[in-house]
Amino acid sequence: MSRTEGKNLRVVVYEGAGSQPLPDEDRFAMISSLLAEGFEVTRAAPGGDVADADARTMLVLGRFDEKSPPTARGLDGETTVHFRDVTGVPAEGVVEVAREVRGETGARDLTAWKPWFPVIDYDRCTNCLQCLTFCLFDVYGVDGKQEITVQNEDNCKTDCPACSRVCPEVAILFPKYRKGPINGDVVRAEDIQREAMKVDISTLLGGDLYGSLRTRQRSARERFSTERDESKALLERKRCLGKLKKDLDIPDEVLMTLPSAEDIEARAERARLKAEKRRARSTTVADTKPAPTEDDWGI
Amino acid sequence: MSDAVTPRVLYCNCTYAKVVPEETKGDVLRQLCDSGVAFDAVADLCDMAARSDPALAKIAEGGPVRIAACFPRAVKWLFHGAKTPLPEEGVEVLNMREAPADEIVAGLLAATAPETEATAS
Repeated sequence: MSRTEGKNLRVVVYEGAGSQPLPDEDRFAMISSLLAEGFEVTRAAPGGDVADADARTMLVLGRFDEKSPPTARGLDGETTVHFRDVTGVPAEGVVEVAREVRGETGARDLTAWKPWFPVIDYDRCTNCLQCLTFCLFDVYGVDGKQEITVQNEDNCKTDCPACSRVCPEVAILFPKYRKGPINGDVVRAEDIQREAMKVDISTLLGGDLYGSLRTRQRSARERFSTERDESKALLERKRCLGKLKKDLDIPDEVLMTLPSAEDIEARAERARLKAEKRRARSTTVADTKPAPTEDDWGI
Repeated sequence: MSDAVTPRVLYCNCTYAKVVPEETKGDVLRQLCDSGVAFDAVADLCDMAARSDPALAKIAEGGPVRIAACFPRAVKWLFHGAKTPLPEEGVEVLNMREAPADEIVAGLLAATAPETEATAS
């Protein structure tokens, strides 16, 4: 199963009629432990409103006065509800109970990944498609209206914010990035100026980032083929891409997994075709957003 | 007597990253647990958005809601990216990356419903 597939198990901590209230400390320990394990948790309380059920499996935990039914069907007919009495069960035991139900029901079991992918601020985005042409991992695509969209979150390289650094409008966020405005903090005038300078990175590498990468990879490959020294090749590739790493904050592991020159050429061609399609559409359909020009593309 | 709708409360634990101060997260959750109010807590909104989790729609469409998470701009566009945009009104996002726990909890448990679009704390 992919990291972005499946549904989490929703756990309801119930303390209403027919059950005993939890001591504050136990409630906190239980809920925080469940969240740390990737479960979604609802604390139900009299008179309080929470999110509706969404047609999936739900686990209700409580210190029930009487034996509760092992499963029930939600009023919507689509939600399966499991009950577990956790009287006298410590927080770690409660997590174990939830894990068991997760295993039985086939709910998503994923406890260790960093959800790292770009989020587009459409209030700022001008659909210039620079991000689409820049990203080497096919994270971006265009939708039916030829608008930029994030299509393959799973492809994004953890901790790599490079596309946001080349966005001229500071419209790409990575909520888990350490600094603003990329983390979603307010965009200030100085951020726009600074990010505009970052865009120059592509020109710094010769005005054509892909071209530069291709040239560098080709020359490096030619050198390596004569030298046959893999460690030297690795060092050389690192050196060649050091500028990118420094200025765009690209992690080492991402640089070392860049696609081959052929792949880069192929995806650049695909991106070019998408842009042409969008350009053709914008000439036939009234469109408030201008199609990108050759200068915008830098290719 | 006011007929104002009591907003729902959503807490994001940002489980898969260490960008929200642990102390703030812990304090907010502890105070929520002790408050007696009903609330929903999710392990990580980013994770849910990456999966376009249908639960996001239930959050977005369920009426006024206060969300304890990170930057309002990030939360707004996370929901949008998951094809479940938050409504323009009735949503308040409280930023645990910047505001102290007491301020977040005060905002979450305030008596009146939020009337305007997400604001940062």
